[in-house]
Amino acid sequence: MTESVGLPPPGVILILGGLLLPLLRRAAPAVALLLPLLTLGYIWALPGDLSVTLPFMDQQLTVLSWQPATRVFATIFALMAFGGALFAHPITGLASERGKRWRVELPAAFVYAGSAICVTFAGDILTLFMFWELMAVGSTAVVWSAGTEGSARAGMRYALVHLVGGVVLMAGILAHVFALQSQGVPDPLALSHFAFGPAGFDALSCGPGDVAAWLILLGVLVNAAAPPLGAWLADAYPEASESGTVFLSAFTTKTAVYVLMLLFAGTELLIYVGLAMAVYGIVYAILENDMRRILAYSIVNQVGFMVCGIGIGTAMALNGAAAHAFAHIIYKALLLMSAGSVLYMTGKRKCTDLGGLYHSMPITMVCGIVGALAISSFPLTSGFVTKSMINQAAADQHLALAWFVLTAASAGVFLHAGIKFPWFVFFQKDSGLRPPDPPWNMRAAMIFFAALCVLLGVPGVYQPLYAILPFPAPADVELYVPYTGAHVLSQLQLLLFSGLAFFVLLPVLKRTLTITLDSDWFYRTLAPASWKHLLSPLMRAFGEVRDGFIGGLPDDLKRLVYSPPAEESWFREWGLGGAMITITGILFVYLVLGFVP
Amino acid sequence: MVDVQAHLPVLIVTVPLIGGILTIATGRGWKPWAWATFLTGTVFYFTIRLMMQVLASKTGMVSYELGNWPRQWGIEYRVDALNAFILLIVGGVGFITTIYAKLSVEKEIPADRVNFFYAVWVLAITGLLGITVTGDAFNVYVLLEISSLTVYALIAMGKDMHRGALTASLRYLILGSVGASFILLGIGYLMMITGTLNMQDMHDRLMSVPGILESRTVLVAFAFLLAGLGMKMAMFPLHMWLPRAYTYAPSAVSALLAATATKVGVYMAFRFLFTIFGVGFSFGMMPSGLVLLLCASAGILVTGVTAIRQTNLKRMLAYSSVGQLGYIVLGFALANLHGIAGSVAHIFNHAVMKGGMFMALGAVVYRTGRCDIRSVRGLGKQMPLTLAAFTVGGLGLIGFPLTAGFISKWYLVQGCLERPGGWPLAAVVLIGSLLAVVYTWRVVEAAYFQEPDPGTPPVEEAPLMMLIPMWTLIGASIYFGINATFTGHIALTAARSLLGGAP
Repeated sequence: MTESVGLPPPGVILILGGLLLPLLRRAAPAVALLLPLLTLGYIWALPGDLSVTLPFMDQQLTVLSWQPATRVFATIFALMAFGGALFAHPITGLASERGKRWRVELPAAFVYAGSAICVTFAGDILTLFMFWELMAVGSTAVVWSAGTEGSARAGMRYALVHLVGGVVLMAGILAHVFALQSQGVPDPLALSHFAFGPAGFDALSCGPGDVAAWLILLGVLVNAAAPPLGAWLADAYPEASESGTVFLSAFTTKTAVYVLMLLFAGTELLIYVGLAMAVYGIVYAILENDMRRILAYSIVNQVGFMVCGIGIGTAMALNGAAAHAFAHIIYKALLLMSAGSVLYMTGKRKCTDLGGLYHSMPITMVCGIVGALAISSFPLTSGFVTKSMINQAAADQHLALAWFVLTAASAGVFLHAGIKFPWFVFFQKDSGLRPPDPPWNMRAAMIFFAALCVLLGVPGVYQPLYAILPFPAPADVELYVPYTGAHVLSQLQLLLFSGLAFFVLLPVLKRTLTITLDSDWFYRTLAPASWKHLLSPLMRAFGEVRDGFIGGLPDDLKRLVYSPPAEESWFREWGLGGAMITITGILFVYLVLGFVP
Repeated sequence: MVDVQAHLPVLIVTVPLIGGILTIATGRGWKPWAWATFLTGTVFYFTIRLMMQVLASKTGMVSYELGNWPRQWGIEYRVDALNAFILLIVGGVGFITTIYAKLSVEKEIPADRVNFFYAVWVLAITGLLGITVTGDAFNVYVLLEISSLTVYALIAMGKDMHRGALTASLRYLILGSVGASFILLGIGYLMMITGTLNMQDMHDRLMSVPGILESRTVLVAFAFLLAGLGMKMAMFPLHMWLPRAYTYAPSAVSALLAATATKVGVYMAFRFLFTIFGVGFSFGMMPSGLVLLLCASAGILVTGVTAIRQTNLKRMLAYSSVGQLGYIVLGFALANLHGIAGSVAHIFNHAVMKGGMFMALGAVVYRTGRCDIRSVRGLGKQMPLTLAAFTVGGLGLIGFPLTAGFISKWYLVQGCLERPGGWPLAAVVLIGSLLAVVYTWRVVEAAYFQEPDPGTPPVEEAPLMMLIPMWTLIGASIYFGINATFTGHIALTAARSLLGGAP
């Protein structure tokens, strides 16, 4: 293994570069386009056996190392940072409203993307965790940079969910590190000790014996947006700016997929979590009216496929999950760019307000449809060559339920993201809106990603993607052949019938103005209410009891204990006398406890 | 030419002691400040040299006998990794806050008292340094009185003198004196039974004389010391003097006190619990671990909730300081390696973070004249660097990775888990960090997402003289969050020597 101390991990280029961008003033937009490409080049220039360690506290941290899935995830993250930066390019100048937002949003997005890349290069659990948390800061800043009332509120909820998730994750990591240390295992931070996998989880599923693994799994699943922990996603993403959402869609959930793949490959529980996610995403996406929220729910649905693949845990399934993450980032970004362009040009986000835009936004429409086809795994698109691997793996393992639900979910995806989104936005009734296509940078970003979507689905072009998957095939063997006659035919049938179903059910699916209530109800409504109706009265009652107790004292003593009310009467400070009584009490406690034994 | 290296331990105290008194004669205007900066700068340099000397020495400590009197009769200054580290904190933060103090003192202290202010200021730092450097129990008390009396005076100089500073100071004076007299009683009992005042000798007697540890005198001494120290280091629920003192003190004084005063109190607790009584007595024979852990856990939770409810931001930070003190107490009360290491690391980390945050608030007070939550509304745009410093400091309080706070949180949680049945304590640490999210968030929200109240005049960014010291501390909290090798090494070394019982 090559040891080289001087080399920084690739993501650091994006993080530091992003933070320095505001200092560059007018050169910043151009540099912002270069940085992700530089990172991408650097990732590919690094020798495949390199590892870099740094001393930290009393440990050695491996900040750069190659894990099986590092290359595929790091590559797509860097590509995505480029596409996002192109889409967000401040065409109107830095002084404009959009330019001002760009100056906050893009550095935040680069910190976010860079940390995601750093997570994929982390060689130990502490490095992984630190960049994991940095991602939460970056992404929260991306949400906030939209600068609206809604984004501030949603960003706060987003930040809290992720910080709680981070705390849970950290507790799990520390508990496991401690367990390892007490067994005298050297280098307890090494990732290999945290790869719980199927074996480690047998113990886990029997009972609460190994709390650590459960906590780590919970912490990661929060980021993977698994229900009921995942309501933050559909809550926060649509509140970001049109370009912010594009960035957000790519990194958090996919990094969680990467970490799940690293730590929990083959954990049976994840199959069911994944299936639940796939179904949940579809149900909510069909009920939803906000076009970007439809797409946000479909992220949950698509990540469900990947999580399920990780749960299956065979080489085929893991390859499928990684490849699907790669393809998914591209087409989901493309769909959100298309939705973002519509939002940018019309200022409207609800399906009921839109329609008939194909007249004047042909490029946006075409790119949106390409994304829609890709997410529906239409043959000759990227989705077809990746998602089918997961289905195939389920079939190979004779997981009938998984296979059935995944297939049904594929049909469901076509319903909501494949047809519903383009239909309601670009066709359907004519809303009378005639906005032109968006500026050149947005068009370029969409065309770039649309081209990728198509190219990755063409035989002869998708092979390089297969070559960088975690478990590459031996030299002269095809890893997986998606284009078999039966496979193409069955997929087309599936799409055809669900397409038919959509138009038959159209009257039912017509969206009305609704707000779908998700499990975020607990912290949006229940938590404030329980503070107001439960905790706060309790604390007041505590104050009453204290006052009552003091009220019973003789007047002189009362004056001694009581101090004049402070600004919040039920958090009143104790008077001097109270302090004296306390210190005497403490002294007394020590004396009594000391004398008793 | 005096050999500075050989006399470093005593120079650290004598230079500011004499220089501090001379400050009164420096006149008006900028001169007292320049003199104080020179003094604290020199002291800071001495503390760095001393730290290097300790790290280089084979025994890991430096001993200095005042006037060449043997330590049985005279006073011994004794510096090991732990107090060299605390000295470095006090010296460094003392120097940086002195630079910071110039502008806010000009605004908050009447011009004819500036020289007195800086004289008292330097003497307060002297007292804190002295407590830390000495290896003599009675000397600790003397220097404690020097630092306490000067701090009472500093607090009383707050600009809201007639509204709260005087009563806050009086309150602290009464409670502080009670605490100090408890400590004095404890030291007296200890001297009675061991016949010495030197900490190391005390420890040797307590360990070697059979039956002495079971005696009632030692027990009573222990109880008095612990209660008194609890008051001095503002351990919940003996923290009642602290919120008002920090709220009404001049801005620079709040920053200095938050970063150093209670930390030195904790240092005294380290010395008494570990060096004199030894870990076996303090945490084995006596149930102090249980009491301290209870107090610390309750403190973290209660003050966290209280901080959330404050509208005065200085008071909010003050309550947060009590909570952070809870982490430090929790760490050493665990009495295991990582717990104590976390505690020592957090002394440093909290000093830089909270010092920087109080400086940021001081800058807000300097520009707006107020420090309630309404006064920071919309300030994120008008004073971006100041509020950014506050936010980064807040991330540190939360214990976010890549800030110094994370290092201490990591060690503390590890220490909690090392203790059998320590799960609830780990949960307390983590819940405490979530409470910090909420109270920091309130400021962030007000500063970045709310519009200024109509009618408030726009303000400028804080002057460089404030920004540079503020960002030095906040920058340090990030630097030592990324490069944690130095703090980690010192903290673990100190923890090992404390557990070993040797000073």
